[in-house]
Amino acid sequence: MQVIAHTERVAAPSSAGNRWLRDAIGVSLIVAAGLAGYWLFPDNLALLTRVIAVALLVLSIDLITGYCGVATLGQAALFGAGAYAAGIACVSGVTEPLTLITIGAVAGSAAGLLMGTIMLRAHGLAQLVLSIAIVQLFHEAANKASAYTGGSDGLAGLMVSPLFGVFEFDLWGQTAYLFGLALLVVVFVVLKFIVSSPFGMLCRGIKQDPIRIRAMGSFVFPVLLKMFVISGAVAGMGGALAAISTQVVGLDSVSFELSANALVMLVLGGLGTLYGALVGTVIFMGFEHIVSAINPFHWMTMVGALLIAVVIAAPGGLSGVLEKVSGSGKRVKTGGRA
Amino acid sequence: MSDLFRVEGLTKNFGGLAVSRNISLAMPAGERLALIGPNGAGKTTFVNLVTGQLQPSAGRVVLNGEDVTSLGAVRRVRKGLVRTFQVTRLFSEMTPEEHVTLTVLQREGKASRILSRFTGNSEVAGEVEGILSTLGLLDVARRKVGEIAYGQQRLLEIGIALALRPKVLLLDEPAAGVPSSDTPRIEQALERLPQSLAVLMIEHDMDLVFRFARRVVVLAAGEIIFEGLPSQVAMNERVREAYLGNYAHARSVA
Amino acid sequence: MQTVLSIAIDAFAYGMALFIICIGLSLTMGLMRVVNLAHGAFAMIAGYIASYAARDLGLGYAMAIFLAIIGTVIISIPLERLLFRRIYGRPELTQVLMTIGITFCVIGITNYFFGPTLKTIPLPGSLSQPVDVGFKTIAAHRLFVMACGVIVAGGLWYLIERTDFGIKLRATVDNAAMADALGVRTQVVYAVSFAIAIGLAALGGVVGAEFLPIEPYYALRYMVTFLVVVSVGGAGSIPGAVVACLLLGAVDTTGRYLMPEFGNFFFYAAVIAIVCVFPRGFFGRAQ
Repeated sequence: MQVIAHTERVAAPSSAGNRWLRDAIGVSLIVAAGLAGYWLFPDNLALLTRVIAVALLVLSIDLITGYCGVATLGQAALFGAGAYAAGIACVSGVTEPLTLITIGAVAGSAAGLLMGTIMLRAHGLAQLVLSIAIVQLFHEAANKASAYTGGSDGLAGLMVSPLFGVFEFDLWGQTAYLFGLALLVVVFVVLKFIVSSPFGMLCRGIKQDPIRIRAMGSFVFPVLLKMFVISGAVAGMGGALAAISTQVVGLDSVSFELSANALVMLVLGGLGTLYGALVGTVIFMGFEHIVSAINPFHWMTMVGALLIAVVIAAPGGLSGVLEKVSGSGKRVKTGGRA
Repeated sequence: MSDLFRVEGLTKNFGGLAVSRNISLAMPAGERLALIGPNGAGKTTFVNLVTGQLQPSAGRVVLNGEDVTSLGAVRRVRKGLVRTFQVTRLFSEMTPEEHVTLTVLQREGKASRILSRFTGNSEVAGEVEGILSTLGLLDVARRKVGEIAYGQQRLLEIGIALALRPKVLLLDEPAAGVPSSDTPRIEQALERLPQSLAVLMIEHDMDLVFRFARRVVVLAAGEIIFEGLPSQVAMNERVREAYLGNYAHARSVA
Repeated sequence: MQTVLSIAIDAFAYGMALFIICIGLSLTMGLMRVVNLAHGAFAMIAGYIASYAARDLGLGYAMAIFLAIIGTVIISIPLERLLFRRIYGRPELTQVLMTIGITFCVIGITNYFFGPTLKTIPLPGSLSQPVDVGFKTIAAHRLFVMACGVIVAGGLWYLIERTDFGIKLRATVDNAAMADALGVRTQVVYAVSFAIAIGLAALGGVVGAEFLPIEPYYALRYMVTFLVVVSVGGAGSIPGAVVACLLLGAVDTTGRYLMPEFGNFFFYAAVIAIVCVFPRGFFGRAQ
């Protein structure tokens, strides 16, 4: 037994090392894909930047739903909070892009704190309903407060000053896209750190069995609330990015539809992996762009059929399918217990 | 000798039904107590009252001289009152090493840290290895819990409890569901429990009870009907009545 | 005073229409523990069938209702067998996703066949006239909806509390495995309950078309409202659904009359407040 134990201990560094390598490769692939997009679709950079902004939203949902097990259809409230905060700040004279992103993050995390405090009071369906009610409430508030938000017309004409004083945000959208890509990569790396920290492990435990976590002497509410704040910051940054790149902020950034679509993207790509969030977003928005232009209702039917298919055939989403195909044998459980 | 742990007059009523009646019990440090009784006697309810999962209708729970009755379950765990579960509650996708690491970090108040690493955390790796080694779980330390034998899962339950450095440990049927070939491992783990720990074990396996316990308490219909040495249990009239029933001395239950 | 009465009558009628639609959802969630976000889609389908029957086929109102209910239930049967059965007992998120998927498909297909325009269900002469009830004149249709609501509530109560089927239903809700062991054919109970729930949704969709107009986005537009009603009232509770519908109907209607520029702000604020205070709904049962 001693010999085996020794081997196990020796194996430790390389298995952790493996994970570092896998993540480094993963991030490199993201960067490569982003740059490929830059060169392959130079006329569509505005769309691609929006894809990145939505990807941040979907990542934020993965944190809450994939890692903590809290289902939500209201995450767009946090995205919209960031978008409107950045938009209002910009219209009021704050035009430095990094500052705007930071404002978006702060607004998003404040909204996340509020949302978490309300949502965590309930469980199951009631919790889901609260998430919907909150996003609808934000929507109505944004509509009503038209003095600040432009109401149903939205905020327009956001003039963002050049990044680092050099790179201008122009109609071609090159600066916006590369800025967004860099932001995405940084956020992704930070999130990878977070989910592999003790905090991340605790969240995974809470998702599977909160009673066991409590029996370990840990309160559940503060941990989940912390994740809501982090998730809010990520979503808020996505909203701010959308505001900066499109130079408008509309009511659609704080809508139930956006929340639902984002959740579908996450499910498509697979929960609880962070990579799934990116894959799902790219594929979903790619298809939406193509099909929706032909007929928006056909798109809706496709998404519906896709959702049904995912639930029946591939509960782990695309990353679940990929895991099975590559034979790493990870059994993806949706809420099971030992 | 002051008691490490004491319950006084613990009572629980659900509507008109008295599930626990006036239970009083004291345990000094180093106690090895077995709580037995027929099904439906209220043993698990008692554990839930002690750990704080249920609030009593009357009575007190005192730990180390401190009245913890008004504290919630999590706070009691932090004060050293730890339980294991009758049906294992573990995370099927995590490894035993991860379970114990998380528990140790939680005990140290470091579990919700974002900035530190979880795997390869050198601060706690030594202690984690020690606990796993004591329980003989080193060879499965890196396998997912969903893939290890049930007996080893039960051992891990005990491991998690130990990682919390409890003062009082409540074991809810540690050998339940474990094939008899694996019971010796459980017994071994129980023998190796720290001497200063007060342990209360609920069990149906009488062999285990006789080998483990220095004192036995028998619960029937929510109240204690016997407290004494293991050797005296089987001879007691009231105990036999509770287990076997005796129409001549029938008592109404409720 | 006239305004208060108008609000009260509209709120009551709207609430009753909501009730007829939502009580089926409440039962589905309380009994089969399925979060069915596609419930509104069935109400919508019924509305389309009724509209087609009444306008294009020239059939009477009563016939339109009848066909709508039968048609919708028939459509729901294969869906229940093939799709809903797969999600019984699965986690909530899975059920949400599957039923949203069904909703999207229904919307897309409906638009394909019927187009995006609003479909009205022409009322018979008897129901389009105002009726004098002494202190006020009310549109006959409003009274009709209220009457339907009361009948549905009473009928369901009777079914659940006083009939054989009701006993089996309650047994299955309390403990399906035990009921099964006692010889209750739980699969049949589920199937029949689901059909009743869908039938009620269909009825509600048709009679409530004055308040909730029939168009392809109906299923999504009111999904939130239906969900909210069930959460507030507590799944599986008839009195809960009645109270929730009347209360939310009142909040919504009052908001519309007095502060139309605020839209649904107060509605959602009320929902949040209520669910925070009553996380299981007014009459919800602890799981």
